[in-house]
Amino acid sequence: MTVIEVENLRYRYPQQAEPALDGVSFSVQQGEFIGIIGPNRSGKSTLCQALVGLVPHFYKGAIGGKVMVAGLDVHQHQVWEVCQRVGLVFQSPFTQMSGAKFTVYDEVAFGLENQGVARDEMVRRIERVLRLLGLWEYRDRNPFALSGGQMQRLAIASVLALEPEVLVLDEPTSQLDPAGTSEVFAAVSDLCRQGMTVVMAEHKVDRIAARADRVLVLHEGKSIAFGPPRQVFAREDLPALGVAIPPVTEVCRRLGWQLPDGTYPVTVAEAVQMGGAARGNHNS
Amino acid sequence: MATITVENLHFHYTPGVPVLRGITLSIQPGTVAIIGQNGAGKSTFVRLLNGLLKPVEGYVQVDGVDTRSVSVATMARSVGLVFQNPGDQLFKSRVLDEVMFGPLNLKWPEEKARERALAALRQVGLEGVEEKNPYDLGLAERKLVTVAGILAMDTPVVVLDEPTIAQDRDGVLRLGEVVTSLRQEGRTVITITHDMDFVARYFERVLVFQNGRVLLDGTAPEVFSRADILSAAGLEPPQIAQLSMALGMNPPALTVEEFVELMQQRT
Repeated sequence: MTVIEVENLRYRYPQQAEPALDGVSFSVQQGEFIGIIGPNRSGKSTLCQALVGLVPHFYKGAIGGKVMVAGLDVHQHQVWEVCQRVGLVFQSPFTQMSGAKFTVYDEVAFGLENQGVARDEMVRRIERVLRLLGLWEYRDRNPFALSGGQMQRLAIASVLALEPEVLVLDEPTSQLDPAGTSEVFAAVSDLCRQGMTVVMAEHKVDRIAARADRVLVLHEGKSIAFGPPRQVFAREDLPALGVAIPPVTEVCRRLGWQLPDGTYPVTVAEAVQMGGAARGNHNS
Repeated sequence: MATITVENLHFHYTPGVPVLRGITLSIQPGTVAIIGQNGAGKSTFVRLLNGLLKPVEGYVQVDGVDTRSVSVATMARSVGLVFQNPGDQLFKSRVLDEVMFGPLNLKWPEEKARERALAALRQVGLEGVEEKNPYDLGLAERKLVTVAGILAMDTPVVVLDEPTIAQDRDGVLRLGEVVTSLRQEGRTVITITHDMDFVARYFERVLVFQNGRVLLDGTAPEVFSRADILSAAGLEPPQIAQLSMALGMNPPALTVEEFVELMQQRT
């Protein structure tokens, strides 16, 4: 089932000469994990915001094309309607905090209160997401007394509590240590297996390569590639466009460690296999 | 150039909840990366280096000056600190004013302050945004404005708290160039980061923090070959180090270039 359908999306922020998005089209099936990569100012955050309708409803500006998410035509519905089905984790957790709540627990409750979720159900969901993100012991802390990493976990927890059909995350692990990053990627993969559709903008291409089903590459507001990680990272043009590729992929390219299908390893495990084979041939 | 001496440093925000539990080390000019899990005490530690926080026990000296004996304003002449969250640092409505704020507070003449500020903006690749409001920039550029604001003060010690957040490949390369040029000028660069590839490429010494203590202190290849200890601290070696260790290279290669060179030597 197609859950996201973006057709020729063009968008320009108010008072800007250049479009932030310039003819982006792609579609996503239910339960897929889509990674969005590309240099800064390529349109990643704008696209994330367009999937929940903040672009154009909040930012205004000029928009064209069509965005269908979870059965709603985003341009024809208000943000509060789209938010019933689609959740967005902001790039900066400091910006996402409501500022209206004085404990971690109440911060997670904020979105649920706004959606009128029943009290018993709220209590159940809050505990579940705080435990999932390792924040249960901090539930009585003030959100602004948390470390950057803890606040980022809280930002993710607050959106997960809403149990959206589609989860959009804009660089959700920027403040997290490697273990925390692994946990978030694992949790997101789990949610996909349970049927949630996930779109994540990320600079950590090694993680995206290992976890995402498909990768969308943006450059100057245009989509320049969309496909499985190995196919996308096999493209020759990415480095020249300022698009990062996993370090192991770069190594394999330079050494000519090519897989039979013409692509290159994108994970350490794949590269170790190729490297072992390359050395085996050499020794024999 | 500065020597930092940290002796038996203890700190807590709330009595009974220790954040730093006895750190002793000294830092000479050069590049030092601090890695460790969220909540390990990394950001707290660097705030003690410039006197924003004062030790509960033990002391921090910068060139023999105890941080408890002088004001933060005085410490700011020797230790520049870029905050993790640009929102905690930026408050002017024009980028140029923001970057000139530090130099003007050092009582430099306006012309010199402007020159240094413009040079610092060039160094981080931000020419052309001088007249903009910092909040009209994206997060990555906003972070670079805060870096420029500290670079413009010409302090012997520069501390960067997670500089690569939100940076793309070119932004990370540019920050790496900044780190390298500060090192070549004989300054001290201390960086907190979760980006292990950034550490592997640009930093000589690595401190692993865990639970308010220093768990490991060594060169980047030494630290990254201890995958067991790193894993206990919630960390992992850079991808290339993992790959080279799996292929039996010891010490591991840390960067793409090193790895490719080593493999080509073998054949």
